[in-house]
This record gives sequence, structure tokens and C-alpha cells, in this order.
Amino acid sequence: MSKLGTLGARLHRGEIGYDFVGKRKIWYGVSILITITAILGLAVRGLNMGIEFQGGAVFTTERTSVSVSQAETYAEEASGHDAIVQKLGNGGLRIQVAGVDTGKSDQIKKDLSKDLKVDPEKINADLVGPSWGDQIANKAWQGLAIFMVLVVIYLAIAFEWRMAAAALVALIHDITITVGVYALVGFEVTPGTVIGLLTILGYSLYDTVVVFDSLKEQTKDITKQTRYTYSEIADRSINGTLVRSINTTVVALLPVAGLLFIGGGVLGAGMLNDISLSLFVGLAAGAYSSIFIATPLVADLKEREPQIKALRKRVLAKRAAAAAKGESLEAPVVERSYDDEEPDDDATPAVVGPRAQRAQPSSRSRGRGRPSGKRR
Amino acid sequence: MAAPKKGRQGTQGRPGRTLALILIAIVALTGGMFASGHTTPRLGIDLAGGTSITLQAKNEPGQKNAINKTNMDTAVDIMNRRVNGLGVSEAEVQTQGDSNIIVNIPKGTNSEQAREQVGTTAKLYFRPVLVTEVTGADAATPSPSASGSSSASPSASAKESEKATSSSSPSASATSQGRAVTDALKADPTPSGSSTGSESAAASPSASASTDPATAKLQAEYTKLDCSKKTVRAKAGDGVKAGDPTVACGQNSQGQWQKYILGPAEVEGTDVDKASAVFDTQGAAGWKVTMDFTGKGGKKFASITGKLAQNQSPQNQFAIVLDGEVVSDPYVSQALTGGTAEISGSFDQQEAQDLANMLSYGALPLTFTEASVTTVTAALGGEQLEAGLIAGAIGLALVIIYLVVYYRGLSMIAIASLLVSAVMTYVIMSLLGPTIGFALNLPAVCGAIVAIGITADSFIVFFERIRDEIREGRRMRPAVERAWPRARRTILVSDFVSFLAAAVLFVVTVGKVQGFAFTLGLTTLLDVVVVFFFTKPLMTLLARRKFFAEGHSWSGLDPKRLGVQPPLRRTRRASAPVDTKEA
Repeated sequence: MSKLGTLGARLHRGEIGYDFVGKRKIWYGVSILITITAILGLAVRGLNMGIEFQGGAVFTTERTSVSVSQAETYAEEASGHDAIVQKLGNGGLRIQVAGVDTGKSDQIKKDLSKDLKVDPEKINADLVGPSWGDQIANKAWQGLAIFMVLVVIYLAIAFEWRMAAAALVALIHDITITVGVYALVGFEVTPGTVIGLLTILGYSLYDTVVVFDSLKEQTKDITKQTRYTYSEIADRSINGTLVRSINTTVVALLPVAGLLFIGGGVLGAGMLNDISLSLFVGLAAGAYSSIFIATPLVADLKEREPQIKALRKRVLAKRAAAAAKGESLEAPVVERSYDDEEPDDDATPAVVGPRAQRAQPSSRSRGRGRPSGKRR
Repeated sequence: MAAPKKGRQGTQGRPGRTLALILIAIVALTGGMFASGHTTPRLGIDLAGGTSITLQAKNEPGQKNAINKTNMDTAVDIMNRRVNGLGVSEAEVQTQGDSNIIVNIPKGTNSEQAREQVGTTAKLYFRPVLVTEVTGADAATPSPSASGSSSASPSASAKESEKATSSSSPSASATSQGRAVTDALKADPTPSGSSTGSESAAASPSASASTDPATAKLQAEYTKLDCSKKTVRAKAGDGVKAGDPTVACGQNSQGQWQKYILGPAEVEGTDVDKASAVFDTQGAAGWKVTMDFTGKGGKKFASITGKLAQNQSPQNQFAIVLDGEVVSDPYVSQALTGGTAEISGSFDQQEAQDLANMLSYGALPLTFTEASVTTVTAALGGEQLEAGLIAGAIGLALVIIYLVVYYRGLSMIAIASLLVSAVMTYVIMSLLGPTIGFALNLPAVCGAIVAIGITADSFIVFFERIRDEIREGRRMRPAVERAWPRARRTILVSDFVSFLAAAVLFVVTVGKVQGFAFTLGLTTLLDVVVVFFFTKPLMTLLARRKFFAEGHSWSGLDPKRLGVQPPLRRTRRASAPVDTKEA
């Protein structure tokens, strides 16, 4: 079996183990690097704001034989402004003229229909005042702020403030990455993009919330045991929900990819494309951040709590004692194995982490993934 | 295994009954959809074709609080009158957000004209009334010389002056204005003789015999004018210059339509500096409207009232004409020279305020700028819809393929659930068209496609939970029942976040974003419904089937494929009874 195939099979069996929390510094670094790049890109290149934000008109025609450059000349003559012309998937043209007010558009439309020999009734015109895009953007920011506040409150109540804070950081992280990609690649920012960006909010958090939910469940009685530190359990949660995260992301990305490549491919630029592009970027960022950023951050924050600190001490002390006895009882780094621990939603205290029977040193973790047999 | 089963009966419920219920609900909804005749979702302007105009209210200096609900509603009202004057009954005008008005005009109308009508500030004129009568089916006996006292109102008076007994002093003065009047009347000395008894008789005693073509034309128009028809009404004053006489319709306080021949505009809306509704505590207590004119306007108004006051009814009235429609026709008893005037009558507060609003803002209570105008031909809109649907179908197909490959037999449940979800979304969208005016626009299509992912995620969460349980060595039925409470919580929590995002977006944002948010919120809710009332009961039922229960290698729950080794499971079951661990 190929390596990838093995990975797939192991994922399928839920055996994948990766020390997300332990290697968090690396991923924080990666994220900081990406974020800095994004901010730099934004500062240096800026965003390519679409016509909606400067005011102007977008005319879309049906299939026409007029070439792009010719249409450009026509449009510039008709409007007296610079025009951007794109060929669409269906053979039509998309002519974008900036700085045209809505009053002038009818005239331009008439001229264009004459030049391009297209029935004026067959030309779609999308005209926007210069303040419209700003208004949409302002409302979007406003919505974003309200949403963030509400979601932080909700997460703080449903989970705890640390998770709320981590989710917020992950969310900001996703938005920064998406905006950065837009700045660096130079995709046009339209209200469609804004819509897409706003949707990422829900999605990014959705993913994060699923991991947190599992984390909350697994750490319910964490202080009553001495086998695992919080970070290790956090790691287990990530690994435990990894298959779900991957599946969810794949399943969410598939329709979006359909929109992006097929919908957009047929029609060329347009709202479908704008929304799906920002969704695509944002979804990927969202999946990444919920795994590599949000949960490790929670673990980081949690480890500062006195009782979690105390737990860590106890766990380490126990491990040291065990090591001294020459019999290592615990796996310092938890690898994902199929759960052979007792169900953890009952009242028994030792609900977190695998049972002691299974304990092995980390060096032996290669042998993991199948029942050790020790348990019997 | 006996004990746990008993304990679990509660959580298991009656899956068959739940399934039957939801299927009945779906059939009922679908039946309702067909019964209502709305079998397709209403398409937004961007898909069906047409023109969508977004107008944004502008704050003007000195009127900080002008953008409020009342004023927006008034503006919508006025615009509605204007666009529907185009003869399009389907045009809709709605407020959106705090300061936007969206005007949607379906395809097939003159979008340029529509834009002119909607965007520009309405034309408000004060025109002298030459002839007026109620257009009604019943032609009352003419009472040409309604005798009576001249009305005693000291100032310009009643909106309902038609009702007031008219003064009958036959002193048609021969001002230029008066001549126009008499000329106009000449062509038809007893205007259709249909004025009802209470109406002022329009017959003017003047009789200069010249008939110029313009007058004749006006008279012909007047005769033809049928104010009971909306389209006719709206066209009445079209293209008439301020300086020309015109015909118009107006509604009197009884809601009857009244038609008018009106002289050239004497005072324009811009001449009014300010108008306000005042509650008159003295004299005839009630609401009245006071007007302050600009300097020039005051003079003009003084001159016209001076002239009008000398006329007899109805020619002592002036009509306040808004967009070709008479909104008020007070009559004048004396020249009003003070630069102020008041209109009294039996207004209620609302009427007085509306009138004052119209007068002071030149019809629209606010100034609007066109924020965006979108014209879409149906052909292109259809193409976009098609591309969207194709993309959605392909996306769905990819999701299905992925699910089948990964989840095998389980995917059947997911696919059935997705299907139910899709049917419900479609039916509800169709039904929401006529009920709340929901229109499927392109972003909404995107929202629906994106929702495929959200919906599928719920199944993934549930299935992964079940598989976790199987990995722990449980048999299928307990695994499903144990997995559900945990999956349920995860699904609810994450759907809540998703719904929260959609709700905030819907409330805060405007325009295209709103349609998207609505669809997203709707599908998130439906997702919860489907998972709870369809997926879970179906899963419970199927878990009893041999195919799933025994973990057939194509069921997606094959313990071997999931990495469970049968001996382990056996040991496990014996050593750890699961009944005590029930969630």
C-alpha cells in the first residue's frame, strides 16, 4: 500500500496520531509568519477593490463577436473612463467601467449596444454608487463585530472564556489569512467577497466548536486523575476529531469548489465566483486554525490555571516516580489509538485518558494502533 | 445485553413513528405547495431579470434625525405609487436596513423610465383648479347653481372643500388665469353633468366662444379620464410641463376619486420652505397643516391666492399636485400675503403629517441617492441560475461520491437525509415566496449550495461518533444510541454558531448579503430538523437490520475495517457491561 493509502486507512480506523499541542510552537510560528505576510501584503499591495467600492458600472453582454480590445476601445469612447473588459465563459463580455455614475449609464449602455451590435435589452448593467460598497462593507464590519461579541459570550457560557478567547483568535486569524490572500493574489474584492468572508465566520467557528466540544467532554473530570496533562488530552481531542475535521472540510469544500470551478468557469467572473473564492480560501484557513491554533491555544491558556498546573505537576511526578521504578506507566505523548478507555460520560472519576493497562513508553508507540493485549 | 436494551428504550423512542411524522409533514408541505400554486421559488430580480434599484437615504445638514422609520415608510409609500404608476403591478418597494429602499421592477418594463421616476425627487405643484368632479358610476343630477353661504374659514381652508357648499358669486374675474379657466370650460359648459349634489358645480357662467385646440384636447382628455383605473390615473399627468394646464385625479376624504382640470403650476414644491402639522387648539379644533414659504414663494402664493379668492367654486381652489396626483385641494377665501398659510380640514394626525411631509420635502421626506442599479435580462439571469444549479449538482454529486467511498452503506442514510433536506428547502422556499416575499437571488443559491456542507457535517459528526463507539467494541444498536446524545450536542452547538452568524448577518446587513444570510439560516434550521427527525430515527431503524448490525463489510461499520478485533470485542462486552455507562 502506498504511504498515502496507509494514511487513509489509518485515518479510517482513527489511528492517526500527531502531537499537535506539543508542536504548537511550530504552528504558531507558521501562523504568525502567514499573518505577517498577510498584513505586509495588505499594507504594500492593498486590496484590489472592485467596482462596487469605487462606484461604476459593469455591463455584461451576451455572446458577441467583438474582440476584447475592441470592446475596450468602445467602452472607453462611450464612457470617457478606463474600462476593463473580460471575456466570459459563455462568449459574452464583461465590461467594467469605473467612476461612472448611475445617471450616465443608460447612455453608455446605448452606445455600447450600438458598437457591439447587441440589443440593448440584452445588456445587463450593474451600476453602483461609490458609497454602496462602503456601506456593505461597513455593515459587514458591524455584523462581524456583533457576531464576535455574541459568539464569545456564547462560547464563554457554553464552554469557558479560554475557549472563547482561543476561538476568537482563530477567527481573526482566518480572516487575516483570507484578506491577505486577496491582497497578495490580487483577487478583486466585491460584495460577493464580503459575503463569502462573513460566511467563513460561521464555518470557522463551527469547526472549532466541534473540537472544543470533544475537548470539554474529555476534560470534564481532568483534575481527578493523574495520568494526563491537559495538553495531552487536548491533543487527544484534536486527533479524535481529526477524521471528522478532514471529512467535514472536504465535504464543505467540494460544493464550494463546484461553485468556484464549474459555476465560475461557465460564467467567468461574477458573484458566484467571488463568493466561492473567498469561501474556498477561508474554509481551508478555518480548518487549519481550528486544529493548529485554536485548540493548542486553549491548552496553553489552561496550563496557566493553578489546578491544571498542579495536575501537570502531579502527572509529571507520577511519571518520574514510575520511571524511577523502572516501569514506565504512562505515555508522555499521547498517540491516538482507538479508544479503549472506559466511556467517559459516566460518573466514574477516571474518565480521561486510556486506562493504565495500556500504558507504554512513547518509544514504543510504533506498536500502537492495535490492541496491545496487555489489557487482558 | 438485556438490561441495557431496556434502559435504552427511552432514548430510542419510536423511530418508526417519528419517521412517519416527518414524512407526513413533508408530504403535507409539498401538498400545500402544489395547492397554493407556487411550485417554484420566487426568483429575485438578478435571476428572473428586471431592474433592481437600491436607493440610499442621505442625511442632510440640519436634519440629523430625518432618517427614521416614519420617513422611510412615507418614502416607500410615495415610491410605490410612482413605480406602480408605470403600470407594473409586480414592482415592489421595500425598506432595507435603516436607510435603504430597494425597488425591484420585473423584466419587461422600461427600466430607464422607472429609474427616473424613482430616483428623482417628486414634483410638487400648486395648481389652480379649473374643473373638478367626482368620477363615480352614479351620475347624480347636476346642481349647477349650488347656492349657499361662502365658507367662513378665515384662511385657506378645508381639504374637503368639495363638500363645503360652494360660494356662488358669479364673479369670474377676467384675469389671465380666469380666462384660461373659462376657455377650458367653454368646450364643455356643463362638464359631464355628473357632479354629485354635494360637489361644487363646475359649470362656469363664462362663455367666451373661442375653442383653441389645446383646450379641446385637454377637455377630451378630461372626459376620457377614468380615475378609477390605476394605470389611467398614473398616466394622467405624464409629460406635462409645469406651465401647462393638465388633468389629474385625486381622492377625496370619502375615498372617492375626483378628477380635475388644473391650470398651470403657480407655485412649486421648492417654494415651500417648511410645512408642519399642528394641532389647532382654538377654533375648529383639529389637525391642520401650516406652510411657510420662501420669500419668492410667498409672493407667488399671495398672488395666486389673491386671484383665486375672487373666483367662485371650484375655481377658488388650488390643488396640491404630487407626481400628477392631487393630494389636497383646499380653497381660498382671501389673498394670503404673509408668506405663511394653513390648510385646515378634518385631518387626523396622520393625514396632516403626511401632507406636511410631502409639502416640506417636495414629496419625498428624504433625499435619496442611487446606491446601485442592476438590470439583468432574464437570459443572463437564467444562465447564472443554471450555472449555479449545475455547480450545486456537481458539488452534491462529489459530496455523495465522497460519502459513498468513505462511509459505504452509511452513506445511504446521509444521502437520503440530504435528499429530504433538499426537498424541504425547496418546498419551504417556494412557500416563503408568497408568504413573506422571499425571493431566491444568486447569493441565496450560493447559500444553499454552501449549506450542503453544513448539512453533511451533521451526519459526519454522528457517523464518526457511531464509529467511535464501534471501535470501543460496542455492537451496532447500543453504539447508535450511545453516539446520538453526544453527536446531538455537538450538532446543536455548532449549528447554533452557524445560525448565529446567519442571524446577525441577516439583521445587520443589507442587499445581497441578506438573501445569502437568510438561506444559510434557513438551511441550518432545516439541518437540525432533518438530523433529529429523519437521520436519527432512520439510523435507529437501520441499526436493527442485519446488514448494519452485523457490520457487513459494505455497511461502513465493519468493525474489522474500523480496526476492532473481534476477540477484543467479545472480551470487552463480557468485562464491561455498558448499561451503567449510559449517557
